[in-house]
Amino acid sequence: MENYNVNINGKSHTVSADPDTPILWVLRDELNLVGTKYGCGIAQCGACTIHVDGKAVRSCSMPISSIGEKEVITIEGLSENATHPLQNAWREHDVPQCGYCQAGQIMSAAALLKENKSPTDGDIDAAMHGNLCRCGTYLRIKAAIKTAAKNS
Amino acid sequence: MNVVKTKYKRRSFLKASTLAGGGIVLGFNWLQGCKAPVDDTWNPVSKIMPDTWYDINSFLKIGENGMVTILSPNPEIGQNVKTSMPMIVAEELDCDWDHVVVEQAPLSSSFERQVAGGSGSIRSAFDTLRTAGATARQMLLNAAAKKWEVDVASLSTSKGIITNDKGENLSYGELASEASVLEIPEEVTLKEIKDFSIIGTDRRNVDLEGILTGKPLFGLDTRKEGMVHAVMLRPPAFGMKLKNFDAAAASKVDGVYEIVEVEGAIAITAKNTWAALKAQKLVNANWEVDGSLENTQQHDETLLSLLDKRNDKLKRDDGSVTQAYSEADEIFEKTYEAPFLPHNCMEPMNFFADVSGGKMYVEGPIQTPSWTQSNLAEAFKIDKENIEVMMTRMGGGFGRRLYGNFVIEAAKISEKVGKPVQLTYSREDDMTLGIYRPASKYKFKAAIKDGAMTAYEYVGSGVNSARGVTRENWFPAGCLDNYRVDSHNLESNITTGAWRAPVTNFLACAEQSFVDELAHKLQIDPVKFRIDLLDRAIENPVGEIDYEPKKLKGVIELVAEKSGWGNNADGVHQGLSAYFSHNTYVAEVADIVMEDGNPVIKKVTCAVDCGIVINPIAAKNQIEGGIVDGIGHAMYADFSFEDGKPSSSNFNTYRMIRMVEAPEEIDIHFVETENHPTGLGEPSLPPVGGAIANAIAKATGKRLYKQPFINSEILG
Repeated sequence: MENYNVNINGKSHTVSADPDTPILWVLRDELNLVGTKYGCGIAQCGACTIHVDGKAVRSCSMPISSIGEKEVITIEGLSENATHPLQNAWREHDVPQCGYCQAGQIMSAAALLKENKSPTDGDIDAAMHGNLCRCGTYLRIKAAIKTAAKNS
Repeated sequence: MNVVKTKYKRRSFLKASTLAGGGIVLGFNWLQGCKAPVDDTWNPVSKIMPDTWYDINSFLKIGENGMVTILSPNPEIGQNVKTSMPMIVAEELDCDWDHVVVEQAPLSSSFERQVAGGSGSIRSAFDTLRTAGATARQMLLNAAAKKWEVDVASLSTSKGIITNDKGENLSYGELASEASVLEIPEEVTLKEIKDFSIIGTDRRNVDLEGILTGKPLFGLDTRKEGMVHAVMLRPPAFGMKLKNFDAAAASKVDGVYEIVEVEGAIAITAKNTWAALKAQKLVNANWEVDGSLENTQQHDETLLSLLDKRNDKLKRDDGSVTQAYSEADEIFEKTYEAPFLPHNCMEPMNFFADVSGGKMYVEGPIQTPSWTQSNLAEAFKIDKENIEVMMTRMGGGFGRRLYGNFVIEAAKISEKVGKPVQLTYSREDDMTLGIYRPASKYKFKAAIKDGAMTAYEYVGSGVNSARGVTRENWFPAGCLDNYRVDSHNLESNITTGAWRAPVTNFLACAEQSFVDELAHKLQIDPVKFRIDLLDRAIENPVGEIDYEPKKLKGVIELVAEKSGWGNNADGVHQGLSAYFSHNTYVAEVADIVMEDGNPVIKKVTCAVDCGIVINPIAAKNQIEGGIVDGIGHAMYADFSFEDGKPSSSNFNTYRMIRMVEAPEEIDIHFVETENHPTGLGEPSLPPVGGAIANAIAKATGKRLYKQPFINSEILG
């Protein structure tokens, strides 16, 4: 085990972990930030999506040793008072069914909107391709992203 | 006046009989000892919680400030019952929905049918939930009448306020204490449906804020004092068992506590999930053959050969199909095939268990808490009274979480290591140790004479399908004189079970594809073909039928109108499918266009008769989801076995539908009705495979007979 200083949601944390531990499990099991979900462990489903220096990454496949000084944002730290335009749009469209994949969906969408203020359908499809939803809420996710783009 | 008997005995109200001293709520106190060490102050309503809750009945309690807590009895798997069931209670209570807090109820004898399955929650509980709300309202009215010393009939309620004929008001909060100790009325009056103000309106998911901010809601988010994480290593194939294992290397992983044999597998407990997952890969286990090592190719051959056999006892045999065949100009015949499917809930199987001193507490995502409690009692030889079961929100169910084998595993590990345990399935464990949708095949036949259908028959075969893979008393039963149905079973050691809309998730696709192809062969419009058949069943049905042909006709006519059937734009190819399942009637029209030589699903129009719609925004979500899920599995889902070993273990090789493949638009129309509500968790899925297959046939001239469609030459 080694000690790592990590910056998560604007706060510094010291955690003790094996270097190969994916940041996902550090968040969930060490820091009790359980909003980031385990889905597949191999970066195929997107449930574990977080931001590392503003980019969407799959936290299940990013070891703690690679984080260094980078700024990590999880769903818990996406906005103050849950007022990110995407969170508001998710409310408007009542997007979730089971809800398990939604944190990852929102984090992928937030990274997209940061780069691209008015994404086309094709841009959204491409940015969201890595996020699975077995409940089939894709139409609402897409509609909510468009609403958020309009309102931000 | 809609007066109903309350049928409640005192004891059916939680703690009601112990409330003589003033009615402060004690119910569910036993849970507080197990409270998770997590922040639950996120709930926006928690800030205005009352000082005291008064227990009115097992479904609800009211605070002195007028806040209402409604317990949602059934497990929440994404079907939205945690919102829609309390809406029904709140409607009859006549309170302000903004003053309602919803709590998940634990498994308790105070509630009936705490199951998430069969699209049955709303249908089964509608009357009970209404009565619970109306009973509480009546008790509050009685308390007000006593206080004001007036006739209760002179009082009215609205949004949690009781008003007398002088225009004076008392809030439910002011009356809660008195109401909680009153006699339970023997009968109560329910609202007229036209007076509903919560039911039929859009209400957001009660867990939405938690979902949007990543709060602990799901089974895997469970954190308890002293809890260890556990992962299991199980046999790699069906038909194999554990011989022995060497855990020396695995034990060296930092954070690993114990590696023990449990339930014929190896359990690893550790400080965190990652350590357990790492150790899982390092356990050196030897497995041995313990049964047949089965192959999909063998299953397919046997299932196909069964389609040509006939049982002595048929599922149904109206008229004489044999005679119609002998007189026919042609016997039209098609065979349809579908593979095994894993459930792939986004949240892999998991459960928390704490077993000690002959008692146990289990908490997690389970569709069948009551059955699971019985299975635990059986497995541990202890009384059910010593087993407490709490349900978390579930990251999907789809039938997989009907089977609580993972709860037994978690409890066995907890017993063995003497600690509270959270068992987690890796995605690979989840996909390869499934309780799969059984593979099935169907042969449909129709006798044609003088351009008309004179007989209709289908034979099904399925893996582990002793109860049959047919719905012989549904459409087209009753629609024609000569009709025959038969079903065959192939026993297998591959575990199978319910998968969203069991049997019909593929039977509907096969049937509706065949009916459509038959209509085209007979040169009859597919809408007219179905309606002509249904008219016969409406006017003078042949034999017993278990569906209402008038309602099926109703949704077909509605979808035809709303989809512009027959008036579609150039380049748009439409396919129709209609199916009755789980007491709900659904008709769907898929619009397909050809882009670069490939069919693309642009839109699905859907008509639904599910009785009263409780929460339209969520009801539509269920229907959209069922359509997307149904398209995804019909198009892409492929799963097989070789020597008992599953073909895929994760999403890199198992294809699930992604955003780009979903239709651009799903246009949903409900039949307006005051009929008793039915379910929506499943019924929109079965018809959609047929709708897209029929549209693709129109677009390409080629029919699809085998799922997943993506493997066919037309789409490949």
